[in-house]
Amino acid sequence: MQHNILKHKNKIMSISGLLIALGLIAHFIFANTTISNSAFIIASILGATPISLQAYQAMKVKVVSIDVLVTIAVIGALFIQNYEESAIVTFLFLFGSYLEQRTLNQTRSAIKELTEMAPETAFKQLTGGQFAEVDIDEVEEGDILLVKTGAKIPVDGRVTTGKGYVNEANITGESLPLKKEKDDEVFAGTIMDNGTIQIVADRVGEDSTFGKIIGLVEEAQDSKSEAERFIDQFSRWYTPAVLTIGLLVWVLTKDTELAITVLVLGCPGALVIGVPVSNVAGIGNGAKNGILFKGSEVISHFANADTVLFDKTGTLTEGKPEVSDIIYYGNNQEEDLSLLLSVESESDHPLAVAIVNKLAQYKVRPIENTQVVKGGGVIAHVDGHVVSVGNKTLMKQESIPLSDDVLKKLNKLERTGNSIVLTAVDHKLIMLMGIRDKVRPGVKQDLQKLKSLGIKNLIVLSGDNQGTVNSVKKELGLTEAHGDMLPEDKQAFLKKRQDSGEIVVFIGDGVNDSPSLATAEVGIAMGNGTDVAIESSDIVLMNSNFNRLPHALGLAKVTYANMRQNILIAVGVVIILLVSLIFSEWMSMSIGMLIHEASILVVILNAMRLRGYQLR
Amino acid sequence: MTKATLKLETLTCPSCLQKIERGLKQTAGVKKDSVKVLFNASKVKVDFDENQVNLNTIEKAIEDLGYPVISSKVKEGA
Repeated sequence: MQHNILKHKNKIMSISGLLIALGLIAHFIFANTTISNSAFIIASILGATPISLQAYQAMKVKVVSIDVLVTIAVIGALFIQNYEESAIVTFLFLFGSYLEQRTLNQTRSAIKELTEMAPETAFKQLTGGQFAEVDIDEVEEGDILLVKTGAKIPVDGRVTTGKGYVNEANITGESLPLKKEKDDEVFAGTIMDNGTIQIVADRVGEDSTFGKIIGLVEEAQDSKSEAERFIDQFSRWYTPAVLTIGLLVWVLTKDTELAITVLVLGCPGALVIGVPVSNVAGIGNGAKNGILFKGSEVISHFANADTVLFDKTGTLTEGKPEVSDIIYYGNNQEEDLSLLLSVESESDHPLAVAIVNKLAQYKVRPIENTQVVKGGGVIAHVDGHVVSVGNKTLMKQESIPLSDDVLKKLNKLERTGNSIVLTAVDHKLIMLMGIRDKVRPGVKQDLQKLKSLGIKNLIVLSGDNQGTVNSVKKELGLTEAHGDMLPEDKQAFLKKRQDSGEIVVFIGDGVNDSPSLATAEVGIAMGNGTDVAIESSDIVLMNSNFNRLPHALGLAKVTYANMRQNILIAVGVVIILLVSLIFSEWMSMSIGMLIHEASILVVILNAMRLRGYQLR
Repeated sequence: MTKATLKLETLTCPSCLQKIERGLKQTAGVKKDSVKVLFNASKVKVDFDENQVNLNTIEKAIEDLGYPVISSKVKEGA
């Protein structure tokens, strides 16, 4: 019974609307009070039924909801025989919530589309060896699954047999299909463009990368900022307070009409809904554009950021350094290059990777007694030689002299944006190498856009030498550049800027820079949709796409402004209503309800503007 | 402790949140601090003690407040 009434709320609304029209015609054209009053009474009772049911449910759990206020007001209006008012108020209330539902669905649509991309079924290998389609919930880690052309890959896993092309745009933003064969990783939610593969499930459901992204967005759209929690607390007491005031007015003035008008005017609506709708519309726009905000607090921090700190390697640059210069001082080049290669083969430092790539044709020999010097380099023993590979600091520490010629060439390489790797064999310098990392395409324009959006300081922090970071600064138009920094130096620098009152964004590597990412008001980790990057970031850029950054900032700014507009609209409406109740003649229950419902629609429509936002 | 995630029909009014939250908190066996009503996602997340209350009772508690439950998922021993 209850459910049926609530399910047909919209029909009830339409009928009561028709009855009101009939009543108004009877009243104004035929001046027939009997017909008009009966129409209004029926409309009131019809309309009040679902509202009072909701009110009853709320009272059962001791909540004074807006339904309770409206129900009391309608009963009061019927009691003083103001049938027209009671009919119109119930109708407007129902019509308002109908429109709210429609428009809210619109603001939420972007995120809904994302969640609907989640795979629902999979072809799972049964004990007999044949495959059968099962619900995604029945798939467990270790299951063998079959994926055919056109199907969604149901889990994160590895290919066991077959090959084909997979479109991973959902996860990485990369639109070209990637070839997948035995032992390649595949991700849930991506689409099998062509081919047939069998995969073994590694991570299923919420544990898959796609599942985590969805979980994150769903949490984010309902996360609450400080201001919102305050409004929540406020509205919890607000409705009971309005009820009390209404009662007091009634007791003191014996004016029932005034008392029930207070109840209707006091309904909180736009205030409670204003911020969440802006939030969901903004986060939805981001999700559609490859940007995941982890909540509304992040949006407001980002919108007000003063300073952006960048890591260099892999963030501003491509992170694929290449050897550009080799200056050799020894007399057995083949032997020495082989020694260097042997030491660097053990390391996964980006500079070491560049050297290994360059020297691939030489022989790798076993090394021992490897000693890593933090912020300096590495020392190891190879075939009885002591090989020291690193920067100037390391050479100084090991008391290896650098000639004037070496220093001159070294400085020149640094000035032109090279990282320097020095090699010494048995405490004698034999080689100077310059290694360059190209700047990511488009970064310069993106940084300009950040500046024009109001970021005051764009600063690069790097473990590289000062010469290299200076040249990056010059090339990209940054405001400051600081080199020779360890991860803890970066964090200390960041704290110093925060202490001087700046809101700081840090963009860097998800692994090495995690202390800075955690300390910054907004941390953004680059790292191609990896778990670490997703977990350690406040804003996730899909596929580490640096050029989403200006859009993210612009969106954060308009979303933040939108929230403030909505709070202003909501508070403004309540003030106008209360003032006009005291000072004006025209304020009545139904006009109050009209304004109240209109203000809710205005905040929702205002938030909807965010759906189509694009950085100009 | 069992964790349940219930998907509801689209929630539209903010006072729904209060109602569902209070309603569940008054249900015996439901861990009070765990009740989380997600307005935009139209979902309820809740931890409960399966010795005291089962999923059906929780679903019924929400439906009695006037909000139909579309689907629900349970994760045991969390």
